[in-house]
Amino acid sequence: MTTPSQTVGPFFALGMPCPDGVPDGVWLRGRVLDGAGDPVPDALVESWQADPPAFSRGATDDAGHWAVRVPPPQRYVDLSVFARGLLRRVVTRLYLPGVPDDEVLAGLDPARRATLVATAMPDGYALDIHLQGPHETVFFAV
Amino acid sequence: MESDPPLAWPPYRSTALRAPTLPPVPLPPGRTELTGPVFGEGDVRPTDADLTRQHAGDPLGERIVVHGRVVDTDGRPVSHTLVEVWQTNAAGRYRHAVDRHPAPLDPNFTGAGRCLTDAGGRYRFVTIRPGAYPWKNSPNAWRPAHIHFSLFGRAFVQRLVTQMYFPGDPLLPHDAIANSVPQAARDRLVAALDLDASVPEWALAYRFDLVLRATPFEEPR
Repeated sequence: MTTPSQTVGPFFALGMPCPDGVPDGVWLRGRVLDGAGDPVPDALVESWQADPPAFSRGATDDAGHWAVRVPPPQRYVDLSVFARGLLRRVVTRLYLPGVPDDEVLAGLDPARRATLVATAMPDGYALDIHLQGPHETVFFAV
Repeated sequence: MESDPPLAWPPYRSTALRAPTLPPVPLPPGRTELTGPVFGEGDVRPTDADLTRQHAGDPLGERIVVHGRVVDTDGRPVSHTLVEVWQTNAAGRYRHAVDRHPAPLDPNFTGAGRCLTDAGGRYRFVTIRPGAYPWKNSPNAWRPAHIHFSLFGRAFVQRLVTQMYFPGDPLLPHDAIANSVPQAARDRLVAALDLDASVPEWALAYRFDLVLRATPFEEPR
């Protein structure tokens, strides 16, 4: 039996510092929003990609904004979201816009697919994460 | 995992607007999920594992050793993986701007540490026993003393963030966060007093072993 998960609580910044990221990388950013549409100011978003291997993480600010700077992803990055009020992490993906023929995306309810597809920005990509509500992000069981 | 708490847990009020409501979509693990960040000696300093030696003076409180082993559900040690911890000081106060509990800060205690597990999956911290503190979840709700743990394992699917509690804490049965864990798994979050690892006349030790899920990833042993 695995050790059970517990929430990161509101004070995780003490022990989970956020790296500066890759100097020449692209920014992945967005907001974390709760079921009332309000920003979540105490969430932590971690990104992981295998090609090239790169880990980063960014805490949300008072307006719920997170940002990480990573090497340009190939197609997607895996995201873990932690927060006060989340008893375990939730896992999602940020897809670059225009990724063709992706089995995972194709397997989703078309109405919800867009919750994973980022918008191109001058310096990277943006994606909001909706923990609940009419635009609830697709979360994965891994 | 069957030992994990549900996302929606009404006794912990902050879950109400934050727990996703739709069932998660199964994602068969691929290369991204079966790999993970690799940390090395460059990511930790020796003083990071001794939370009592990060300032000019000694922190107040009861010095303790917290140690244990990280294994997977197949019993294999999870070696050279990063363990991050954070906690309150002895008075129950976090060194964090958001913590408004009117208990004193300790100029000699930050309350954050990190280390890598050794080849056998073992880790060891020296710290101060953290304090309980009130939170606004319900009247007279006080968090039992705890230490937050963050582990990466070898693969994305093994990522775990949890909390370690102390044996015999009378606040534990009243804690909405600890109680979110299914009863059968709850004692896995409670460390054991370990007199064998204690340092006589200096510090008691607590043992806290952690079990991550197994992955098909093969590691040389």
